[in-house]
Amino acid sequence: MTYAFSFSWLAEYYPVLLKGILITIELIVVGGLFGVALGTACAWARALGPAWLKPLVSAYVELIRNTPFLIQLFFIFFGLPSLGVRLTELEAANLAMVVNLGAYSCEIVRAGLQATPRGQFEAGASLAMSPIQTFRYIVLVPAFQRIWPALSSQVVIVMLGSAVVSQIAAEDLTFAANFIQSRSFRAFEAYFVTTAIYLALAILLRQVLAGIGAMIFPRRPAR
Amino acid sequence: MIEFTIWDILRNLLLAARWTVVLSLVSFLGGGIVGALLLFLRIGGNRLSTAFTKYYVEFFQGTPLLMQLFLAFFGLGLFGINVPAWLAAGIALILWTAAFLTEIWRGSVESVVRGQWEASASLGMGYVQQMRYVILPQALTVAIPPTVGFSVQVVKGTALTSIIGFVELSKAGTVVTNATFQPFTVYGLVALIYFALCWPLSKSSQILERKLNVAHRNH
Repeated sequence: MTYAFSFSWLAEYYPVLLKGILITIELIVVGGLFGVALGTACAWARALGPAWLKPLVSAYVELIRNTPFLIQLFFIFFGLPSLGVRLTELEAANLAMVVNLGAYSCEIVRAGLQATPRGQFEAGASLAMSPIQTFRYIVLVPAFQRIWPALSSQVVIVMLGSAVVSQIAAEDLTFAANFIQSRSFRAFEAYFVTTAIYLALAILLRQVLAGIGAMIFPRRPAR
Repeated sequence: MIEFTIWDILRNLLLAARWTVVLSLVSFLGGGIVGALLLFLRIGGNRLSTAFTKYYVEFFQGTPLLMQLFLAFFGLGLFGINVPAWLAAGIALILWTAAFLTEIWRGSVESVVRGQWEASASLGMGYVQQMRYVILPQALTVAIPPTVGFSVQVVKGTALTSIIGFVELSKAGTVVTNATFQPFTVYGLVALIYFALCWPLSKSSQILERKLNVAHRNH
């Protein structure tokens, strides 16, 4: 192998990388918050919602979980305009991440709800709480505490999956790498550095989520 | 302008879906073999091999599959080989699958209670005999549902190989869209074909999990 590695392009292109990192972070913050919210709403609908809603939610969850994120993204960005819904690259990327994480977190939250003892619902009802109040104040927090590790790793998986949004020209970290390699012709080095950044982001995100978990659930899970 | 019927579109997509199936099978089988080797390095090996497999898994689970594909595609090229897309795709997917499978299987082996190792050791069994007759048969029932479930991720993972230029279902979707200007129909059909491939796998994973009900057997 007679290839000389060179990282001198970093000096010129690091602002591009930084911008990409910021957009990737923006994507996972928006996708994470709204995705988990959507997933929680879906889990509520599946467990306690009206009967007509349940098959719809099931269909949504199964459809998203059994198709690639790339195709969901293409469908939203290229397919929806024929229905009159036109989104920018970043909006489409955000929407795809919310929809994707929504389906996965629905399953995770549902598992947490199923592990909630029946008596909790009855205890809430006996305090004259409405089903929504019981859900919000009694059931949800212990359920989230139980599923927090699973939810965290799903958020990390979705963050790594967001690399794909560069394919609709949303200017995330991977887009930055593609841009740099097309300008500097240092493809391997550009992707090597980007991969290292993703690894660091994944480790950081895991730490942040564990920190948030420790902050909002200070006690050991109730059993 | 040429008119395309739904059947024209579907036929071309299905022809390309063959390559999705082939790549999925190659990745899953290859990943299974590499994953099994890594498993033995992880649980039977010394400190060095344990550390190696740990970092291996951390790398493949902590970075995007797309980046791994790019690195394989451009990295192999550094050795002066002209790398076809299918080769880079196959290698990256095999290594990626191996990382996840070895982690699933390690969990399964560790779920076999400690006393089983001690009981078989007290019967005078060696390491290989313990594995062959006591640990692996029990670990296998734990491992099967998540392994089948992971095969869904492999099928979905093959979609990314379209980005480095391997022509499979997703790439065919893009090509057909460019010819027909019907992205809604084409990507809808692509999604349905993926669903038809993945859903039976997800369902059988769920059914196996219920049937084997292994989570509560040891207690």
